[in-house]
Amino acid sequence: MSDQETKPAKKPKTPRQKMPEQNPIERAHNFYEVALGYDNDLALLEASRCLQCKKPSCMKGCPVEVDIPDFISLVKSGDLMGAAWKIKEKNTLPRIAGRVCPQESQCESKCVVGAKGKGEPCAIGRLERYVADYAALHDDGKRPELPKPTGLKVGVVGSGPAGLTLAGALIKKGVAVTVFEALHELGGVLVYGIPEFRLPKAIVRAEVDELIRMGVEFKTNWVVGRIETVDDMLEKRKFDGVFIGSGAGAPLFLRIPGENLNGVYSANEFLTRANLMKAYKFPETDTPVAKGRRVVVFGGGNVAMDSARTALRLGAQESTIVYRRTMEELPARTEEVHHAIEEGVKFQLLNSPTEIVGNETGWAVGVNVQMMKLGEPDASGRRRPVEIPGETAQIECDTVIVAIGNAANPLVPTSTKNLETNKWGNIVADLETGKTSRDRIWAGGDIVTGAATVILAMGAGRKAALSMLKTFGIS
Amino acid sequence: MFEILQKERLGPGVNRAVISAPDIARAHKPGQFIILRTHNDGERIPLTVADKDADKGTITLVWQEVGATTYYMGTMAVGEKFQDICGPLGKPTHLEKFGTVVGVGGGIGVAPLYPITKGMHDAGNQVISIIGARTEGLLIMTEDIKKVSDELIISTDDGSFGVHGFVTQVLQGLIDKGTKIDLVVAIGPVPMMKAVCGVTKKANLPTVVSLNPIMVDGTGMCGACRVEVAGKTMFGCVDGPEFDGLQVDFDLLMKRLAMYKGPELIALNNFRETPRGCKCSFPGGA
Ligand SMILES: Cc1cc2nc3c(=O)[nH]c(=O)nc-3n(C[C@H](O)[C@H](O)[C@H](O)COP(=O)(O)OP(=O)(O)OC[C@H]3O[C@@H](n4cnc5c(N)ncnc54)[C@H](O)[C@@H]3O)c2cc1C
Ligand code: FES
Repeated sequence: MSDQETKPAKKPKTPRQKMPEQNPIERAHNFYEVALGYDNDLALLEASRCLQCKKPSCMKGCPVEVDIPDFISLVKSGDLMGAAWKIKEKNTLPRIAGRVCPQESQCESKCVVGAKGKGEPCAIGRLERYVADYAALHDDGKRPELPKPTGLKVGVVGSGPAGLTLAGALIKKGVAVTVFEALHELGGVLVYGIPEFRLPKAIVRAEVDELIRMGVEFKTNWVVGRIETVDDMLEKRKFDGVFIGSGAGAPLFLRIPGENLNGVYSANEFLTRANLMKAYKFPETDTPVAKGRRVVVFGGGNVAMDSARTALRLGAQESTIVYRRTMEELPARTEEVHHAIEEGVKFQLLNSPTEIVGNETGWAVGVNVQMMKLGEPDASGRRRPVEIPGETAQIECDTVIVAIGNAANPLVPTSTKNLETNKWGNIVADLETGKTSRDRIWAGGDIVTGAATVILAMGAGRKAALSMLKTFGIS
Repeated sequence: MFEILQKERLGPGVNRAVISAPDIARAHKPGQFIILRTHNDGERIPLTVADKDADKGTITLVWQEVGATTYYMGTMAVGEKFQDICGPLGKPTHLEKFGTVVGVGGGIGVAPLYPITKGMHDAGNQVISIIGARTEGLLIMTEDIKKVSDELIISTDDGSFGVHGFVTQVLQGLIDKGTKIDLVVAIGPVPMMKAVCGVTKKANLPTVVSLNPIMVDGTGMCGACRVEVAGKTMFGCVDGPEFDGLQVDFDLLMKRLAMYKGPELIALNNFRETPRGCKCSFPGGA
């Protein structure tokens, strides 16, 4: 007898299950979701990879501390509805988080299965998405009964993930909530920024509908600071508290010559036209967007990737990311960069735009760039790009999208009396409670932290809700 | 909400509607605008509020049919509702007692000029209004303006009514006569505002203009409304809509306003094919 027959063969390790996706060539021309989601078999296989750690480190990587091993254990036992409720105890918007969270730098980065050299982490995000989608599809309409109204009421500025999460947490405790939103649609960046092919708008709508069903009131087309101030909300509308979750929606430009030429967009405008206003259906819808043939995107973050990929879907022949550093330093999620490359987005690296060149009718026709090389690391630890003297080039294009970040929109902070802001105009608030310098005013999400993530905004909404409840004396 | 309570035609392709919008009516101040959508697939377009009645909870809009949305609005009847109206937006006009204020309105620009004229008049200013149009039939709101002005001068390009000539010539006439002018407010087509500023620059008269760049959100989130004033980029929707006319780059504004000429025509032709679109009276059409 050989050795092999006596010893039981070592069970081959189950590899991390790939996410089924639309074919890159096809999807680069449509707005349907790129990732198709696990089926039951894939989910069970992936769930089997979880070690059910007694001291789960993955949870420490989750800003809202979802009970990850517990929900995965319920998946293993086939109780998907139970798994969904388990997630929802901590995360009210799991269908959204499962799609847009940067798990690779959060929960999954802490997963023991994926610890150095051992293999790839358990695909927690994909499982979360599977469970949450399953629960939505098999919704029996039953809901835990809501408590009696407490008579307290809270006003919320902005319907992004921070505001929506807070609204959900408060209404479940009998606090009446009215959300005031500037746009005609609810969801903040989730509806105007993040493209349909990453986060279908119907999912955001379903979450909003759920809040409406629980009794949350929404007022759209309502720009706080213009129609009414936060002080009016407290004094005239007699809200017991106000939460400001107005986001970081003020686009930054490079301040280089030619930025006001036709065909030059902020990423916010380009994406808002495409997503919120559905310009991709033009002329079935009335909002146009320049359908560039050669599109150049400045920036290297997720917003830049979304812009470049949206441009392809609108029919661009060429969509190029122009970035000052190298592939290594790209701040975008690896997965998104990978998707962009698969779809045919080009990368022009170590290029710093210096001017946008226009023609006589005022349209952009090219971008002048300065070649760069990497120098010494800066304060953030990233190597700083430095100019290579005399080395420049011109990139031909007809559309330029500036995706270099967002600053705080000053409308709400400056129209609220004595509300403390920092030097960037962000509202100063306690990160654990959301309390601001003003009594009865809380704030959270991007307006406090600067442009961050959906899950951090949700976490901030949740923490502020808990702090409000504590202040109101409700447990 | 947003129901049309009254509607009338002021001239060829020019309409006025009184719309129920109590919250906006309560908060609105002269110089501010709204952004509306007619229906679900509609675009967001800005319009300056021409009048309001806080007690009745109404706002008045005046518009000229130029593109798919404004033609669509032309076909809307009393009782129909707008999908969305967001406002008030933009900074209110700085109203104070300046002394003598000359309001210059061209074409459809007379509508947004009206609440400002009224505000300036109420603030105790001596108000001289100059309003003009291509031809008599295109003059609007002359009676309204008259009520809130100490003096009203009307001009038409073709001489069919009032002074034969442009509003700029009338303004130049006032300056030449030695009229003491403390502030000029000009609202109208971009070439008109540019020409007015040409006149006032020479006479060194402070001049306020109200700009109408293309907008999307109206809250400072997108930058579609970029204009250049004194060489600096500003957002028309939150930094404006009123700016120092002597510092505005009008040529840039004109180019930016033409950005969607092609698609706008496609959208309009597309609208003509719809059941609603057949109903409207296109220029040169039925
Ligand atoms: C293109 C893009 C892609 C992104 N992709 C990801 C991703 O994949 N994963 C991820 O985790 N994060 C992503 N982010 C970041 C993430 O979307 C934000 O961090 C998050 O949405 C912030 O939530 P919030 O609730 O603070 O604000 P927002 O989502 O910005 O919502 C704020 C809301 O307040 C409204 N508002 C503003 N001012 C007023 C006012 N005066 N009155 C009334 N309402 C007002 C706004 O209209 C908006 O609806 C992305 C951002 C962008 C722009
Ligand atoms: S219209 Fe979007 S910022 Fe002004």
